[in-house]
Amino acid sequence: MFYREASQYKTSYGADQQIFPILQDRMGFLALMAIVFVVVPILGNDYWFNGLLIPFLILALATLGLNILTGFAGQISLGSAGFMGVGAFAAYNFVLRVDGLPILASFVLGALCAAVIGVLFGLACLRIKDFYLIVATLGSQFFIEWALTKFGWLTNYSSSGVITAQKIVILGVTFDTPLRRYLLVLGVVTVMALAAKNMMRGAFGRSCMAVRDMDVAAAVIGIRIFRVKLVAFAVSSFYCGMAGALWAFAYVGTVDPEAFGLERSLQILFMAIIGGLGSVMGSFLGAAFIMLLPIVMNLIGSTVSGQAIDTSVVAHVEQIVYGVLIIWLLVVEPGGLVRLWQVGKEKLRLWPFPR
Amino acid sequence: MTFFIEVLVAGLLAGVMYSLVALGFVLIYKASGVFNFAQGAMVLFAALSFVNFHAWGAPFWLALVLAMGVMVVLALLVERLVLRPLANQPAMSLFMATIGLTIVIEGVGQLIFGSKTHRLDLGIKDVPIEMLGVGISKFDLFAAAVAGSLVLALVLFFNRTATGRALRAVADDHQAAMSIGIPLTRMWRYVWALSGGVALIAGLLWGSRLGVQFGLVVVALKALPVLILGGFTSIAGAIVGGLIIGAAEKLAEVYLGGVIGGGIENWFPYVLAMLFLIARPNGLFGERRIERV
Repeated sequence: MFYREASQYKTSYGADQQIFPILQDRMGFLALMAIVFVVVPILGNDYWFNGLLIPFLILALATLGLNILTGFAGQISLGSAGFMGVGAFAAYNFVLRVDGLPILASFVLGALCAAVIGVLFGLACLRIKDFYLIVATLGSQFFIEWALTKFGWLTNYSSSGVITAQKIVILGVTFDTPLRRYLLVLGVVTVMALAAKNMMRGAFGRSCMAVRDMDVAAAVIGIRIFRVKLVAFAVSSFYCGMAGALWAFAYVGTVDPEAFGLERSLQILFMAIIGGLGSVMGSFLGAAFIMLLPIVMNLIGSTVSGQAIDTSVVAHVEQIVYGVLIIWLLVVEPGGLVRLWQVGKEKLRLWPFPR
Repeated sequence: MTFFIEVLVAGLLAGVMYSLVALGFVLIYKASGVFNFAQGAMVLFAALSFVNFHAWGAPFWLALVLAMGVMVVLALLVERLVLRPLANQPAMSLFMATIGLTIVIEGVGQLIFGSKTHRLDLGIKDVPIEMLGVGISKFDLFAAAVAGSLVLALVLFFNRTATGRALRAVADDHQAAMSIGIPLTRMWRYVWALSGGVALIAGLLWGSRLGVQFGLVVVALKALPVLILGGFTSIAGAIVGGLIIGAAEKLAEVYLGGVIGGGIENWFPYVLAMLFLIARPNGLFGERRIERV
C-alpha cells in the first residue's frame, strides 16, 4: 500500500529511464538528501563529523568500489586498501608537483592512477578467477604497500614515510572545519554513488552481472568478458583511489602507508559482504554497520565491565564478538543487510495484507 | 657458486615450512571446497596451546596430545557452528566466514594465552652442518624430514584407509559421495581435525624458529602463493610449490634485492605466482576445469 508502483505510468523516455523510476524511491532519496545536506550539518557537532560521518562516507565509497568489482562483476579482490593508498599518494604528489592544479582535479588524477594500477593487476584475471584471484589481488596489496614505503620520491623523501596532505582549497574556499570537509566528502560520495547506480543498471552493469553469474555463458552471448572484467577493475580502483585521496586529505590529514594495509582491505570486504553484494545501497549499510559495531561494543563493554576488568580483556572480548557477529550474520542473512531492506519494502507493498 | 647453492638450499628448506602451512589449506579445500583463511590463525592457536600446556607443567608428549585435543575440539565447533549452517552457500560466504573465524581465534588466543611472544625450544639447534661443502641448517633439515614423513603419512592415509578414500570421494563430488552413503558432516569434522593436526606441526616448527607470536598469522599468508603455484587440490603441489616459492624468494632477495631495494620478500612470491598462473591457470598440479554452459 505504501510502496506501490501501480498507476505510475511513464509517458516519456526520460521518465522511464531515470535512476529512481518509482515515486516513493524518488521522495525517499530527496528526503535523505535533505537530511544529510541540511539537517545533519545543523544538528551535528565536530565529533560526529570527524569521528563518524567522514570515515563512514569514505569507507562506504571504497566499499562501493569493491562492490562494483566483487558484487557486480564477480571478481573477488583483497587489494582495495592498496588502491586507496595509490589514490592518496598519487593525489598528494599531483598537488605537490603540479603548480596551480585544482585540488579536485588532482583527486581525480590520483584516482585515475589507481585505476591504471588496478588494470595492471587486473590483467591477471585474463586467465585466473575465483580464489586464485584473491591471491593475485593480495599480491597487489603487498606490492603497493612495499612500493609506498620503498620509493622515497612518493612520500617526497619524508624521513618517517608519512605524508601530510595539503590544505583543500576550492574556488578560494578553504575546507578546514569538520563541517566543510563533511560537506565536501558528502558531495563527492553522492555524485559517485549516483554514477555507480546509473552505471550498474546500464549495458556495462548488465554485462558485469552476466560475467559474474557465469562467464562462459556471457562469452557465448557475445559479451567480451575480458574487457568487462578489466573495465570493472578500472572503475573499482578508481572509486577506491578516490576514497583514498579523500581519506588522506579530508579525514586524517597525515597518512602513512600502514593505513592502507591488509586489515583495511579485509574491513572493506566485510562491509561489502555484510551490506550485501551487488547493491549500491548495501555498501552504505555495510559500512555503517561495521563502523558502528566497535563503537556500540565499546559502549556496552565499558558499561558492563566498569573499571573492574582489564581493558585488554575487553578489547579481546570485543574482537571475539566482532568475529562471531560476522559469522552469525553470514548464517542468518547471506544476502546481507540490504536483503532486510528489500523484505521491508515488500512488506510495505502488501500492507495491510499479510504475506 | 657455493654461495649460490647455499642460498638455494636454504630457500628450498624454508619453502618446506611454507608447504606445511599450505598442506592444511589443501586438505580443507579438497574435502569441503572451503578456502580456509583461518589456517594461519589455526597454526598460531595450535602452537600457543602447546606452549602454554608445556609451560603449565605438562611434559612434551602430553602437551602435544592436549594441543591436538584442542584442535579437534576446534574442528568440531567449526563444523557444527560454521560449516553446517552455511552448507550450500556460495563459496564466497564460506570464505568470509573463515575470515570471521580468524578474528575469533585470534581473539580467543589472546584472551586465554595473552599476547606476548613465547619461546619454544624443540631441542634442535639452528646450527649449520657441513654437507658436501655446503653449510645447511640442522633445524631446516629436521623440518624437511618432518614434512616428508607427514606427506608420506597423508598419502598413505588417503590411499590406503577407508576414511581416506571417503575423503577423496567427498573431494571429487559432494552429492555423489552423499548418495553412496558417505556422511558428509563427519568427513568435514575429520578433515578439519586433520588439518588442525597439520597446523600443530607447522606451528611447532614455525614457533621454534620465530617464537610463538601473532606475527605467525602473517607468515602463514605466505602459504597462499604456494597454493596457487601448486594448485588448490594437490598435496604434491603444496610441497613442490613451497620449494619453488622458498627458493625463488631467497634467491630474489639476495640477487634482485640489491638492485630494486630490499624487503621484496613480502610481495615477490605473489607476483611470481601470478606470472606463473598466467601460463598455467590451475597451478602445477591442479585439476583442469572443464566449463560447460
